[in-house]
Amino acid sequence: MSAVVAEHDDHHDDHAHGPAKGLLRWVTTTNHKDIGTLYLLFGLAMFFVGGGMAMIIRAELFEPGLQFVQPQFFNSMATMHALVMIFGAVMPAFVGLANWMIPMMIGAPDMALPRMNNMSFWMLVAGVLLLASTLFMEGGGPAGGWTMYPPLILQTGKALPFAVFAVHLLGISSIMGAINIIATIFNMRASGMTLMKMPMFVWTWLITGFLLIAIMPVLAGAVTMLLTDKFFGTSFFDAAGGGDPVLYQHIFWFFGHPEVYVMILPTFGVASTIIPVFARKPLFGYSSMVYATASIAFLSFIVWAHHMFTVGMPVAGELYFMYATMLIAIPTGVKVFNWTATMWKGSMTFETPMLFSIAFVVLFTMGGFTGLMMAVAPSDFQYHDTYFIVAHFHYTLVPASVFILMAAGYYWLPKWTGHMYNEKIGQLHFWLSAISVNILFFPQHFLGLAGMPRRIPDYAVQFADWNMISSIGGFIFGASQLLFLYIVIDTIKGGTGEKVTDEVWEDAHKHGLEWTLPSPPPYHTFTTPPAVIPTEHI
Amino acid sequence: MSTTDAYYIPHKATWPVIGTVGLVTMLAGFANYLNGSSIGPTLMVAGLVIFIIMLTGWFTLQATESESGMYSTQVGISYRMGMMWFIFSEIMFFGVFFGTLYYTRYLSVPWLGGEGTGAATKELLWPTFEATWPTNGPKGLGLDASGARVFGAELEPMGAWGLPFLNTLILLTSGVSVTWAHHGLLAKNRDQLIKGLIATVALGFLFVSFQAYEYHEAYTEMGLTLGSGIYGSTFFMLTGFHGLHVCIGAIILSVVLFRSWKGHFKPENHFAFEAAAWYWHFVDVVWLGLFIFVYLM
Repeated sequence: MSAVVAEHDDHHDDHAHGPAKGLLRWVTTTNHKDIGTLYLLFGLAMFFVGGGMAMIIRAELFEPGLQFVQPQFFNSMATMHALVMIFGAVMPAFVGLANWMIPMMIGAPDMALPRMNNMSFWMLVAGVLLLASTLFMEGGGPAGGWTMYPPLILQTGKALPFAVFAVHLLGISSIMGAINIIATIFNMRASGMTLMKMPMFVWTWLITGFLLIAIMPVLAGAVTMLLTDKFFGTSFFDAAGGGDPVLYQHIFWFFGHPEVYVMILPTFGVASTIIPVFARKPLFGYSSMVYATASIAFLSFIVWAHHMFTVGMPVAGELYFMYATMLIAIPTGVKVFNWTATMWKGSMTFETPMLFSIAFVVLFTMGGFTGLMMAVAPSDFQYHDTYFIVAHFHYTLVPASVFILMAAGYYWLPKWTGHMYNEKIGQLHFWLSAISVNILFFPQHFLGLAGMPRRIPDYAVQFADWNMISSIGGFIFGASQLLFLYIVIDTIKGGTGEKVTDEVWEDAHKHGLEWTLPSPPPYHTFTTPPAVIPTEHI
Repeated sequence: MSTTDAYYIPHKATWPVIGTVGLVTMLAGFANYLNGSSIGPTLMVAGLVIFIIMLTGWFTLQATESESGMYSTQVGISYRMGMMWFIFSEIMFFGVFFGTLYYTRYLSVPWLGGEGTGAATKELLWPTFEATWPTNGPKGLGLDASGARVFGAELEPMGAWGLPFLNTLILLTSGVSVTWAHHGLLAKNRDQLIKGLIATVALGFLFVSFQAYEYHEAYTEMGLTLGSGIYGSTFFMLTGFHGLHVCIGAIILSVVLFRSWKGHFKPENHFAFEAAAWYWHFVDVVWLGLFIFVYLM
């Protein structure tokens, strides 16, 4: 993208001081690298908490009949698994990457608003703790699904107001994080780092930031109305008073559809960062990638009701939302084409980050295709609320967002720690994950097409075989992730013992400013902005 | 150690964590209160106190830093962007309730009354329901004097031309007075700055008092409450959240007034004033939307 003349004499004069001593460093830190680390570790921890819930779900579904948990608890697990994975694992992990990488990628000394950066992390922790506390309350955790549709969710016990306030806190955290990222990108770039020279990861996060600021207040409004309907006598979602339960679904999915792109756009950004490095070619179609990302973001605001085809809508609405949804396949197709073209005739090598990225391109495309199937309203009438949708969105989240988070971990861990991870175990982790994730989710397509509803703890015996296979895949996938945990800890403690170079990956310095810095980078980088010299690559 | 040409990166922030603890305590207390637990109010007050301490401490720190010239132009741009996007998020928040008003008034209530594909709905659910606006729904929801739910209640909507119109004039005037104060600040006329701000804050609190009086009338005289079906729900949700924002805006302006009186702000460095003024104009514009869509139409 841009070659760089870096003069990182960062340890000069007044900014030489490093991190504070002791545990309090992590509580009061305003350093983008510290906060990035906190976000990433928190995301990793929640990945295992949410994963544990998924294991409970798959264990219960291993065979027909009720074996391990009560139906209410099962539903609560399904709900909490989603909330923890979305708000606790995937989103924070990407915010962690943004914190770590964006200032280094654009040549900034830190994030634009460092104190708010600290607050947005701790608000996240507070929100997740409040949410987790509901599991121990009278009536159990929220069990009406992560979408929290009324009137069902209003039957929740003591957990309801806690879940609502947890959503508020998570929203505040996300909005503060997004404001910070946007201000950083607009205001903190080194001179010469024009918008159209920014790395794709920075671009995707800029657009994701807009999405977050636009949608989190919408979710906050929706859950606030749930709260007043339950406790203050309002009738927003009660037809007896002139309200409409479907209204909640419209508001929720106005948030919900952009929300899934909040999780996938940074994924695209990381993939667009990693694939060129290991194909040893510049990214194919950089500007079309930028425009495609922006188009996807725009379209995400006008397609929400495709989540509600069966709920009852005028037929004109069904048609509009069907066609608008199918439009998304175009910019998404542009992206898949560009990744493939980047690899075309490249001198490819297949280190772990690249393996995860290639698997992402293939398996995300699978998830995209099933998305197209469900975009067709009359077909969706068959798939709605079956395991087909479960298979669809897990393909777009697990072998896409989660795989890319893994790829990002392998790709940047050497930069962050200065140590090389164990490539053999990394590849083992990849192959186990890539195979088991398909054993886990592919059969769920068949289950859905055969009519198995989602969110049930027990099912008809005809679904037994595929469920058992899916559960076996799930257990292998879950266990494989312990390898990742091992690798992260091992790499932080020294990894293979091999000292990594500044650029870590061959010629990586051609692909981003972060590779011109030492590995690990000093506590403060770019206190004087680096010179960015454009090359002919772009 | 800091100069105006380097970007100021603060270290060791303690207020954010304290603020988070305050907010989560307050919300946990509110949730406990809603669940009928006796510890709720105590927690709420404790959380609120911590939160107010945080606000005071954090903003004092910011003001001190700003006055000692630690913020470069670039830092100022970050703050302005932060405020701008914060206001955008607030617009989206109000958008939800305006959207709710639109959806129920022009789509779902007519469907309940049999319009479009709603013929069967009307026939099977409430065949006698006539879709009109304002409405408290087919069951005529309302609350009696003790706050218990009643059915078949009468609904009296809030008129537009009494207090609400007066409040519109008050807020519009306050938008002018805050701009007048800004001109004073730019012209180094501190007297005009302070007078303008006093007028703005006074008009803000006058607005809130009238609003409180209107609510009192609605609850005691008109039987119009949060429980009055979809009309009451949207009316109080929209005007209530707006009133809350007027209070916040007036408090922010009071702090700006206090700082002006202490001699803070220069024509080239007065982010806090600008942020407060932007926020005030935002609150003003939301009110215009309310006056038109909630009261007039």
